[in-house]
Amino acid sequence: MKIAIASGKGGTGKTTVAVNLALAAGDNVQLLDCDVEEPNVHLFIKGTEKRERTVSILLPEIIESRCTAEEDCDLCSQFCEFGAIACLGKFPSILPDMCHGCGGCKRACPKKAIREISHPIGTVTTSRYKNISLTQGKMDIGMSLAGIIIDGVKEEIKRDTLAILDSPPGTACPAVAALKESDFAVLVTEPTPFGLNDLKLAVDMTRALGVSFGVVINRAEPAYDCINKYCAAEEIQILAEIPDDRKIAENYAIGVPIIEALPDYKELFEALLARIKEAAA
Amino acid sequence: MKEIVVISGKGGTGKTSVLASFAVLAKNPVLADCDVDAADLHLVLKPDIIERHDFISGHEAVVLQDICNSCGACLNLCRFDAIKELPQPSGESLFEIDPHSCEGCGVCYAFCPLKAIGFPDRNCGEWMISDTRAGPMVHAKLGIAAENSGKLVSTVREEARRLAEEKNHNLILVDGPPGTGCPVIASITGASMVLVVTEPTLSGEHDLERILELAKHFRIPACVCVNKWDISPDMTKRIEKLTLSMGASVLGRIRYDKGVTKAQVEALAVVETDAPCAQDIKKIWETLQLQQTNTGE
Repeated sequence: MKIAIASGKGGTGKTTVAVNLALAAGDNVQLLDCDVEEPNVHLFIKGTEKRERTVSILLPEIIESRCTAEEDCDLCSQFCEFGAIACLGKFPSILPDMCHGCGGCKRACPKKAIREISHPIGTVTTSRYKNISLTQGKMDIGMSLAGIIIDGVKEEIKRDTLAILDSPPGTACPAVAALKESDFAVLVTEPTPFGLNDLKLAVDMTRALGVSFGVVINRAEPAYDCINKYCAAEEIQILAEIPDDRKIAENYAIGVPIIEALPDYKELFEALLARIKEAAA
Repeated sequence: MKEIVVISGKGGTGKTSVLASFAVLAKNPVLADCDVDAADLHLVLKPDIIERHDFISGHEAVVLQDICNSCGACLNLCRFDAIKELPQPSGESLFEIDPHSCEGCGVCYAFCPLKAIGFPDRNCGEWMISDTRAGPMVHAKLGIAAENSGKLVSTVREEARRLAEEKNHNLILVDGPPGTGCPVIASITGASMVLVVTEPTLSGEHDLERILELAKHFRIPACVCVNKWDISPDMTKRIEKLTLSMGASVLGRIRYDKGVTKAQVEALAVVETDAPCAQDIKKIWETLQLQQTNTGE
């Protein structure tokens, strides 16, 4: 079963929920850090037996002896939807930051003057901690194809194991890449106007992807009940409320999972996991 | 013209609360909300929308079912796993394109042997020009689960610059998205400076390091302020040390203050309330002004 932990707004506690759910699972569980722009799970889960592989895309390279750009051919540049090929000088220039690696220019070139070379854009690392197999994706600085690295992380998912995915914030392509094809989504939010606004966006996204979901309210305060009201009106299940406890914040700051520092909370995460499994079934 | 972008790497560190306060403190700024897939600045600044524009960007492939003979050639053409083969009771398969996986590269459209794929324009959301009590604002809403957030960010920034030039504003304040990916790159390239709002946690520190690397990569001067610094004074010191070692400057500290949530609930910028941390934000704004004057730009 694949459970994605997501949120529209950043900093609501996705990683906290993902890490503590995985620890509460007891049995073998996969924890996948899909926030490849800013991965943080490894700060809480210090895995050993690391294996790392590189994620690459195929970048075009011009074979100059065959290219007829000088005779005013610019079919490769015309083909590219991403503006990644500029035909200005003697030969076309490739702009690696813009290229999506679709291979269209190579197919479009009538002179077979384009070959493809592997171009690294990030890494996927797998390690072990207690009952957890942790897989983390990390995008190289300055790169922008997060979705491809997220797909690389998801390739590590094994059938018949519980997989918990820590998704990136937002509702754009990286969040969609993490969320799609999940069996269930946990939308983590906080009871503030920003939290509510971004939860609504996350709900729209999750519904559009056809993934069923429930909500976790983090830093819950009885005085602020905007999320409870919204969920009641939309008939969305609130799976858990994590109280606004300074001790949680202090342990988060130094990278200690809640249930290791504050065992009283273990029950909350066990109950949350049980509720997720029930709702997903 | 100056363009200052507030970013954070890690989400939820207080970018928008800081930016909204700057907006109120600044003289005559143009505002741009570049967090296009989870925009929040409008919740504080309550914009009156003057113009709305569809954001059409790129194309999306669609199978033309009455021409398609289910040969499956597109399956091998697509590198993004966007072609879905749906087995039918007749034994033949139906091919469809998952819009959430389609990158809009056009390879299947161009090379389908039967020309059975269409490639219409893609509507990826909308952008707006508004009036607020702090100044004109350009903001956007990315379509649900849509592509091209980086291009939408570029559109918002271009419009903000056009407005600033037309109406003689000399400052643009940009609320940036979290992360280090394409919308962040689109938010910061060519800006005068970035202000990183971080928090005194391991995650804040880790994400700050990556975002400062990104700023360096694009050669943009960076400064840092630590929000909720008193949650961990030790971590705050560590982060400030890291900031200096990476060639960025430390702008100040903002104390932990529940008044920030209260201001949000009242749709006010923190500096419009009597929250204690308003003093910290004002001080940071003054330091930022001073720094700008000293660099002589």
